[in-house]
Amino acid sequence: MEKFGFTLTKARVIDYDRNDHSIVDFIMEREPSFKACIECGCCSATCTTGNFTGFSLREINVLLKRGENDQVRKKIKKCMLCGKCSLVCPRGVNTRNVVFVAKQAFQKFDNYAV
Amino acid sequence: MENEGKKKIWSEYQKEIANDHFFYVRSCIRQSFYPGSEQFFLDFMRNVLGKDVYENPSHTTCTGIGYHGDIVPLSTIMTIVARHFALMKESGYKNIAISCVTSFGIYTEILETWKHFPDELAKTREYLFKATGREFDIPENMAHTSDIIYKFRNEIAAKAKNLLIDKKTGEPLKVVEHIGCHYAKMFPKFGVGGAEFPHVLSGMAEAWGGEVIDYPERRHCCGFGFRQYLVQANRGYSISNTAKKFSSMMPYKPDLVLTNCPGCNMFMDKWQYTIKEMEGTAYGTNGDSIPVLTYEELAGLVMGYNPWDLGLQFHMVQSEPLLRRMGVDFSREDKFKTKDGRQMPVPENLINA
Repeated sequence: MEKFGFTLTKARVIDYDRNDHSIVDFIMEREPSFKACIECGCCSATCTTGNFTGFSLREINVLLKRGENDQVRKKIKKCMLCGKCSLVCPRGVNTRNVVFVAKQAFQKFDNYAV
Repeated sequence: MENEGKKKIWSEYQKEIANDHFFYVRSCIRQSFYPGSEQFFLDFMRNVLGKDVYENPSHTTCTGIGYHGDIVPLSTIMTIVARHFALMKESGYKNIAISCVTSFGIYTEILETWKHFPDELAKTREYLFKATGREFDIPENMAHTSDIIYKFRNEIAAKAKNLLIDKKTGEPLKVVEHIGCHYAKMFPKFGVGGAEFPHVLSGMAEAWGGEVIDYPERRHCCGFGFRQYLVQANRGYSISNTAKKFSSMMPYKPDLVLTNCPGCNMFMDKWQYTIKEMEGTAYGTNGDSIPVLTYEELAGLVMGYNPWDLGLQFHMVQSEPLLRRMGVDFSREDKFKTKDGRQMPVPENLINA
């Protein structure tokens, strides 16, 4: 590569057409209650891990729907699968299973164990 | 269908473009990097249409690049522009034809400033008189040279030898038109179609047989941006803008980019080379890059001028793929020869050649 003294930065635009939706499609198929999520954040508010690490299931849900999977891979490792979030969800989303299926999806599509 | 209302609204988006007797002011970038463009304009206006176009050798830069680069103060640039108007007055002209979109934006900004702040006009008159002993009048008509080519686009179409049509398939060529931000985004009333429906370049492309592409980042900046470019460490902002624009137009497979701004032409042309060196990306079809032409160069090709007389060989992205599609006759041997037949140095690693 020629060195010019400056670099190209990628646009921070979220491109829904180009992003990878394979993970979210896999989750929607196996845990249809995920469609009912209104991103209210009750799950994040009650999350024990979130209180100590900044982990947010609400953020994970948004990123998955956008197809921003690269960010999800690292963040989702923090979930302990305790299931407190599913007890408080006002829409009855089985949030614990969403995380569980997401981990399966990463292993299936990316061969990336999380 | 009733079109009267639409016609009335569209008429409000038009600007008055003088017909003859122009005081012509050149562009710093264009006369250096794309000299065939201004040469074509003068030849077309004077020898084909028989118009009166006057150039004054005492005309200088408008200092617009310095002004937008935070180096030249407003009062200085206003006095320099006032001097240009003084030269026009001394030459006996009232219609100014501006070759550069940066200069055009400077002139419009200054005229609007003087209109709303008459004190500034009075101060500028005083500065100019004290410095040079000159006096000036405000032009009666101000047009960018792309406005003038737009006005005479049908005359060019009537003399066309190579329309913007693929010679093999008969399909219209796909044209990306890119209008300089300073043409109409700042003061829409000075542009054909205003800032909302700028028609100056799309009107030319359509009149000459091409198909204009509408793509998501059509009105995005070319990436020049003056102060984003002038410091080397900041040039990543500039080239990233250009990359965004080209990525957006790439799926539509454009045959050429048509510009009316010297900076846009330079950056959309030269950044394609840089991006190719940095990332290996070429935005055209078959691994080629996309030729970027000025409206005069395209008009010249349409009218059957020799592409090397128009200076197409001085672009970073060469135009051969486009010339072949249009069916333009050209000689590879004469590409880098002077008018009297002397061989010039041939650049290495030309793109698309």
